[in-house]
Amino acid sequence: MASHYEAPIRRPLVLGDKGYHDVSVDIARPVEGKANKQWWIVFSIALVAFLWGLGCIIYTISTGIGVWGLNKTVNWAWDITNFVWWVGIGHAGTLISAVLLLFRQKWRMAINRSAEAMTIFSVIQAGLFPIIHMGRPWLAYWVLPIPNQFGSLWVNFNSPLLWDVFAISTYLSVSLVFWWTGLLPDFAMIRDRAVKPFQKKIYSLLSFGWTGRAKDWQRFEEVSLVLAGLATPLVLSVHTIVSFDFATSVIPGWHTTIFPPYFVAGAIFSGFAMVQTLLIIMRKVCNLEAYITVQHIELMNIVIMITGSIVGCAYITELFIAWYSGVEYEQYAFLNRATGPYWWAYWSMMTCNVFSPQFMWFKKLRTSIMFSFFISIVVNIGMWFERFVIIVTSLHRDYLPSSWTMFSPTFVDIGIFIGTIGFFFVLFLLYSRTFPVIAQAEVKSILKSSGARYKALREAGQPLYTMPARGKIVEVEMDAGHADEPLPEVAMAGVSINRLLSSIGSFDTTKQTPDDLKKVKGIGPLMEKTLNKIGIFSFLQVSKMTTTEYDLLDSITGSFPGRAQRDDWAGQAKKLIN
Amino acid sequence: MKYTFSNRLKIGSYIAMGLGLVMLIAGFMNTPANVEEAKAMVAAAHSDGHGGHGGDAHADQTNAMASHDGEHAEEAAGHGEGHSASHDEHVYHQLKNRPWSALYVAAFFFFMISLGTLAFYAVNRAAQAGWAPLLFRVMEGITAYLVPGGIIVFVLLVLSVLHFNHMFTWMDADVVAHDALLQGKQGYLNPTFFLIRAAIFLGGWIAYRQISRKLSLAQDKADDDSNFKKNFRWSAGFLVFYLISESMMSWDWIMSLDPHWFSTLFGWYVFASMFVSGITVIAMVTIYLKSKGYLQEVNDSHIHDLAKFMFGISIFWTYLWFSQFMLIWYANIPEEVTYFVTRIEHYKLPFFGMLALNFIFPLLVLMNSDYKRVNWFVIMTGIIILFGHYMDVFNMVMPATVGENWHLGIPEIGGILFFGGLFVFWTFTALTKEELMPKRNPFIEESRHFHY
Repeated sequence: MASHYEAPIRRPLVLGDKGYHDVSVDIARPVEGKANKQWWIVFSIALVAFLWGLGCIIYTISTGIGVWGLNKTVNWAWDITNFVWWVGIGHAGTLISAVLLLFRQKWRMAINRSAEAMTIFSVIQAGLFPIIHMGRPWLAYWVLPIPNQFGSLWVNFNSPLLWDVFAISTYLSVSLVFWWTGLLPDFAMIRDRAVKPFQKKIYSLLSFGWTGRAKDWQRFEEVSLVLAGLATPLVLSVHTIVSFDFATSVIPGWHTTIFPPYFVAGAIFSGFAMVQTLLIIMRKVCNLEAYITVQHIELMNIVIMITGSIVGCAYITELFIAWYSGVEYEQYAFLNRATGPYWWAYWSMMTCNVFSPQFMWFKKLRTSIMFSFFISIVVNIGMWFERFVIIVTSLHRDYLPSSWTMFSPTFVDIGIFIGTIGFFFVLFLLYSRTFPVIAQAEVKSILKSSGARYKALREAGQPLYTMPARGKIVEVEMDAGHADEPLPEVAMAGVSINRLLSSIGSFDTTKQTPDDLKKVKGIGPLMEKTLNKIGIFSFLQVSKMTTTEYDLLDSITGSFPGRAQRDDWAGQAKKLIN
Repeated sequence: MKYTFSNRLKIGSYIAMGLGLVMLIAGFMNTPANVEEAKAMVAAAHSDGHGGHGGDAHADQTNAMASHDGEHAEEAAGHGEGHSASHDEHVYHQLKNRPWSALYVAAFFFFMISLGTLAFYAVNRAAQAGWAPLLFRVMEGITAYLVPGGIIVFVLLVLSVLHFNHMFTWMDADVVAHDALLQGKQGYLNPTFFLIRAAIFLGGWIAYRQISRKLSLAQDKADDDSNFKKNFRWSAGFLVFYLISESMMSWDWIMSLDPHWFSTLFGWYVFASMFVSGITVIAMVTIYLKSKGYLQEVNDSHIHDLAKFMFGISIFWTYLWFSQFMLIWYANIPEEVTYFVTRIEHYKLPFFGMLALNFIFPLLVLMNSDYKRVNWFVIMTGIIILFGHYMDVFNMVMPATVGENWHLGIPEIGGILFFGGLFVFWTFTALTKEELMPKRNPFIEESRHFHY
């Protein structure tokens, strides 16, 4: 694509002393390693929520839509709110992967994979709601234009609800193809690294026989560009059509022409918030801080701020034009939103969506990870309220005052919503353990121009092929500060040691007494010395070692690769502690 | 290298201005002095075949009157004596409005190009775009027109407030007195507040333009990046102001011409129009300068990117046009749909023609990636896009001010020539003032190395 020159004032997109191999290792680690306890805890919670939701869905379908809180006046509430919320969240994935690709924003490469995964998973959640709401989901195929022999009526092409069916299914298909195309070289990387035959088999199936020839890459780039071109209008079209569901009507508060672009902006807004929520956790859990940097978080915050302001501008526009129009029904609809019985929903929406992103004008706040996480949650909530406000406040005051009413959700409404959140996280957690969560092939393509190592070399006037001198500690920005550990002159990489110690814990020789590591079968006097030099002194530390740590240890010591695993040092050490 | 204004271009701009001025004056001279004259003029025009809408205009007369009365209820309410007298009066006003409208559309159109360019410039600065800095001086040249263009538009608005014309019916106290809806809007649509708003918008835009230009020049002479950073902050701040003021401006200056009609999307729709026009002019001026041997470091990739924006924003414009049109057409609520009814009834050719020029044409010709790098091709496409967006403004203004008595005749062409000439003169004069290439922009090297 564009030239490889990058202005020196641009901040590096890959931090730390990362070469090409480090990228492969770092990104393959979550796939190759074992899940930790936290993962299992979160996964179990998500699974329970999902099963609870599934139960509610089965109850709804077997009993009827009457189990929901809908009534004659408010005949659309949580179901459509959730539907729009999930579809909206889906938008950020395509925006990041397609629109930012067209705008040549390199920072997208660290986040596009997960954002696209999020898109697909959230569109799946969204798709559930219309199907459940049909009441008889086994007749779902009636929404397709099929010959009359299959059903009694042909679909109504005048209805935006039908356009939605086409828009969402097209969107899902294109997103899936786009996602998978990007995954091919990365699956191939995992396949090539796989040791166990079963994994090798699976990943070679998933990678569609990617070989990495120049021809593969040429096609890959062409297809990516074409798909990006296709996906960009699709991003706009999907939420535009969702907005048509409301705006084509003559219901005050729904029929307003700004809906299409404003829904799209809102969707991008909520989608970015969800990406932010997920990635702030993931970078920590999967040790990807070097790739998903604070700069990435900051840039996402800026997108959240911009789209939040656009949404805010649209809110004010609607409010003003409602007054300006002189149409009493419009005026009432908006006055009722802000001051009627649902005022709390309206002002939650305003606070979460318009005011809270304005904090991002301050650099200190938008580079604070905790604060970003907090705001991302706030925005997720706010955008749910936005849909609720639009839908329920417009419906609950009918043209006929005798039918004015309120809406209250039943446990089934709530259960299904929570179920979809559970389902979403189940999918995302499974993804994070089986898929390369960062587009490593793409990251490698910018490593020389935007990686911290190469930027430093360029600044120092050294050739880019200079290998960092292994054997001295290389300063890296890591959260855990083990760099002050006394390290002897053995040939070892500072980064790996830091990482190793951060996962198995450090040992303070001044306060604790070292164990006799020679008791572990496979550790001789020489190996014990080496381990001590690295900073490993206790059985406790050894017992925490898993495949990842073994690999790291092997890469540091360079002697007897695979031996520690064969002898099961960790298992032995566990026994020795007791 | 500094640009020297070529004599041929300069003389060309003088001639355009002079000719345009003469044609505009002729347009003003040609307005009817009273209702009787107006009747005679319309009758004569109809027997000639009448502009774009041909012979069936006569047959539509009665239908048209019905919709007129719906749209301008104030007129009907004000003159209870019967349809024909009020209609004649109406036609008289419309004919009087015609040269004013021609002036206004052209003044606004060229002003809008400059404002659209300013927005594009601010976006590039705020986004820290690496490809664009080579084009910053060109953009600054185009935005120089913001000052005279903005002042002229403001003067025209003041003249409207002073009742020199009858374009904004809500400014007429008589009309408002008979119109409950307009009375409801008086808190916003009143002459004083209207002018205050216009002054604030113009003041803000011009202030940003001048500040940013000053910082941009100062950066070339500085030995650190502080001016660059300040410019970044001003640009971000401007975009916030612009987001709000641009929408309000479009309600004030254009939407209020049809004072009963409203559309929440209107501001963003006008934005798309000005954005694509601005980008098109950036591309055209750049290509012109390149053809004269300036801006040698601007390569085909830069032109390609500008052409991509022309393509992309044209489609974005269509998206907004469609959203506005489709929703109003589908819901078919009388107070809203009247806007499109008048346009489709009386402006069939400009209305649908403009859609072809602004959507189908750029879509088809700019789709191919190779064509976006062919400079003369971009110029030709640019001319069409600009004409299309002139017609867009024409369609937004004329139905409200001159109704079915629209023409693309002497005053309209005069307006385009005059303001086109002024625009070229002012822009290219501003371009001669400074080096065409920023020297110390931190991204200038990225812009120079821009190839793909």
